Amino acid sequence: MWRLAFLITGVFWYPQCTSGDEIRVAVASNFTIASELLIDAFNETTGHRAVPNYGSTGKHYAQIKNGAPVNILLAADSLRPRRLVEEGVAIKGTRFTYAIGRLVIWSPVIPVNDRTLESDFEHLAIANENLAPYGRAAKEYLSHRGAWEKLQQRLVRGENVNQALHFIRSGNAELGLIALSQVRNLEGFTYIIPAMEYSPVIQQAVLISEKAAARSFLAYLQSMEARGIIESCGYTLP
Amino acid sequence: MTGYEDWSALVITLQLALISTAILLLLGTPFAWWLARSEWRYKFLLEAIVALPLVLPPTVLGFYLLVTFSPSGPIGQWTVASGIGSLAFTFSGLVAGSVIYSLPFVVQPLQDAFRTIGPRPMEVAATLRASPLDRFLTIAIPLARPGFITAIVLGFAHTLGEFGVVLMIGGNIPGETRVISIAIYDHVEMMEYQEAHWLSGGLLMLCFLMLTLVYWINRTFRIMLK
Repeated sequence: MWRLAFLITGVFWYPQCTSGDEIRVAVASNFTIASELLIDAFNETTGHRAVPNYGSTGKHYAQIKNGAPVNILLAADSLRPRRLVEEGVAIKGTRFTYAIGRLVIWSPVIPVNDRTLESDFEHLAIANENLAPYGRAAKEYLSHRGAWEKLQQRLVRGENVNQALHFIRSGNAELGLIALSQVRNLEGFTYIIPAMEYSPVIQQAVLISEKAAARSFLAYLQSMEARGIIESCGYTLP
Repeated sequence: MTGYEDWSALVITLQLALISTAILLLLGTPFAWWLARSEWRYKFLLEAIVALPLVLPPTVLGFYLLVTFSPSGPIGQWTVASGIGSLAFTFSGLVAGSVIYSLPFVVQPLQDAFRTIGPRPMEVAATLRASPLDRFLTIAIPLARPGFITAIVLGFAHTLGEFGVVLMIGGNIPGETRVISIAIYDHVEMMEYQEAHWLSGGLLMLCFLMLTLVYWINRTFRIMLK
């Protein structure tokens, strides 16, 4: 009986018994794949445990402002990290650009190009332009093309950019405006939108609450190894 | 304050709740009647299926709907071939989702009401040569009135509060699939607490009034019967 109790408590105890610290990282949805690689490598070499939580940057911003227990924010823009610093929520002097994202038109079924927007399709998936920086970039591109108003009834909005991708992959929307990083390893047609047709998606990291392991994660993010991983996932670097 | 888009979200929500409840009453009444009277051995299986939306996370339902609505999915193939088009991201798709989502809230009160009547009044009417349809319309339905009121209000209110399913199959299209719960969610996420307060407060009052109405009517009805 005691042995059983010991075994059960042991199972729940186990994660806390490892040597490193646990840190929570709020990660922008578009950075999911890259952050999995980065976090695995970081956890492996340092013995710490970084735990990601994926979502739209707007949502993370609101949650962090209301006291969410997060150590680091990897945002999909520079606006929200800057505001968090100005509002005294994030720690001054810790903000830096870890990746610059690229917007693409992607479809598993339609060979896409710069004239795809005029073609016949039922649904174009984007991320919610008020919450997700890639949604904001998509809106800029569509407005630049003079298609924003026209396409309103055919736009479907995911709560974040991963949901937009999931609308397309489940076959319910034929194409979408999403991040290059999401579709690098997927079968389908990709058109990389020229950088001058929307303002760049500058993705910044910022320290929210002090912890040695969190500092070392931010340092790792700027290392050559990490930069190599980030570039290989479809981002450019400053 | 609340803008045009919020009003349109409110109108969409009310339309959705109204249409879904009407469909549920049409389908649910005969079904609940059958469930209440049937002595079929495997009836419990159907009762379990009816109760499923009570316990399943809406995300499970939303996920299955999204997969089946897709043009390559079982329902999607059929709707596209028959010219209706895909149901995902459409108001009709939300209606289909709501009918499933609110099914137990309409069927269970009706089934209870029909069961409470018991076979006796119907047998008496039969001896007076009332036809089965006649018996159903003039005896079962009036006697089950509290059940109907509960079913209508719960089905309506539950559809008003629908969120998870809509988030997954709606696509947040203003004027088509952006319902009030999604509008509130977006306002909260954008930290527009003022707007969120207006909409949430309004919804809270509306739901409270409807539930009060149900309990009040059921109470007076019970007193009338005594």
